[in-house]
Amino acid sequence: MELDIIKDEEIELLLEDVSALYGYDFSQYSRASLKRRLNRICVVDKFASFAELRYRVINDSSYLQRFVEEITVNVTEMFRDPNFYKKLRTDILPLLGTYPFIRIWVAGCSTGEEAYSIAILLQEVNLAHKALIYATDINPSVIEKASKGIFPLRTMKLYSENYINSGGVKDFSSYYTAMYDVVKFQSGLSDRILFSTHNLVSDSSFNEFQLILCRNVLIYFDKDLQNKVFSLFDGSLQKLGYLALGDKETLRFSSLQDRYKQIQKHKIWQKSN
Amino acid sequence: MGTDVFLIGGSAGSILILLQILPHLDKDLPFPIVIILHRKSFPQSSLHILLETSAALSVLEAEDKTELENGKCYLAPANYHLLFETKRLLALDASEKVNFSRPSIDVTFESAARIFKNNVGALLLSGGNQDGVEGLLHILQNKGVVAIQDPATAEVSYMPQQALQAIPDIKLLQPDEMATFINKLKYNT
Repeated sequence: MELDIIKDEEIELLLEDVSALYGYDFSQYSRASLKRRLNRICVVDKFASFAELRYRVINDSSYLQRFVEEITVNVTEMFRDPNFYKKLRTDILPLLGTYPFIRIWVAGCSTGEEAYSIAILLQEVNLAHKALIYATDINPSVIEKASKGIFPLRTMKLYSENYINSGGVKDFSSYYTAMYDVVKFQSGLSDRILFSTHNLVSDSSFNEFQLILCRNVLIYFDKDLQNKVFSLFDGSLQKLGYLALGDKETLRFSSLQDRYKQIQKHKIWQKSN
Repeated sequence: MGTDVFLIGGSAGSILILLQILPHLDKDLPFPIVIILHRKSFPQSSLHILLETSAALSVLEAEDKTELENGKCYLAPANYHLLFETKRLLALDASEKVNFSRPSIDVTFESAARIFKNNVGALLLSGGNQDGVEGLLHILQNKGVVAIQDPATAEVSYMPQQALQAIPDIKLLQPDEMATFINKLKYNT
């Protein structure tokens, strides 16, 4: 029973390699999670030692994509935290409806469940025709999955419950077609979503938005990197725009806290005028 | 060998035990208490408020990068694994469930063993799942202090029973001995 296949100093060595060779900088990722992921990848891909993993990462550039996918967390759900989506549905999106065109950024979208949830909400509040969702992730392989709009059938029971708890009144299954053990969501939903890779650590702002969602992504970053990403969001949000974070994340203690107002107890902050 | 953190893990049948322990903990404990409970994920979770009403010390639900203070209790939030970034900083992780659980007791116990080495105390309570056993083994391997609820007193004995099977000489505690056991750790130096 070995707690760590990889030692602390070996992690730093590997991160330096990945940064120098491929330009992915994980140096400000939270160490506690990163260590778990690195140990996990050694188990899953059967590396007996750190040296074996390092050799593979350095010498096999085709392995990099898998490495990035495995050390970042890609667990997500549709309509996760239904109360949050209820707030979007009843208050935030109708307010955004007063703009001629609505741009929404889902940063760190993983396999796309959140972007499709937002697309469903937009359709239901009749704003889909004048809205565009930009869904980005560091990881090219999850972006490819997300753009297909295909999800496992077994997850639909939970997603449908979440949807109803978020105030949805339609038959959730009307949004997808089931085929064997997967479902494909309507192309009318993905038509409103632009999927692209974007690295929050190194890429800059690419548009101006009225709503940015970045939920359960920042928990994997250290505080300095969190502040850096908050500045990126600040530079990408219109005045009076909204920033939404995960259920246990906060803008408090950050460099933005003075210029943003929290919407009641929700994890939604509005940029001041 | 001092104690820098004390962990309590529990599943089915453990809330009532916690309500017995918390009122009797010393307010000036020189370490934080971290509690990992399996529970259904309520949208607005209020378990920490329930626990705090009976507790002698404050009970907070952990958030991203919560800083630990001695003499306070921290509860793992529903739907996140709770990790130690440093001895003073908690981190959350929303990755895959472990032992069908998120939070998982094993995940927090193992993280504590990594960061605190031998300065960890841990107690595993009633439950119907084998989460926590592997974590106790890691803490023990790092020479931390481990104990379990006597399975004979547990509402659901499976979890402490599994721990007893894995660690036959582990210390068994009755519910009314638990607070004293934790309070006395402050004299361990």
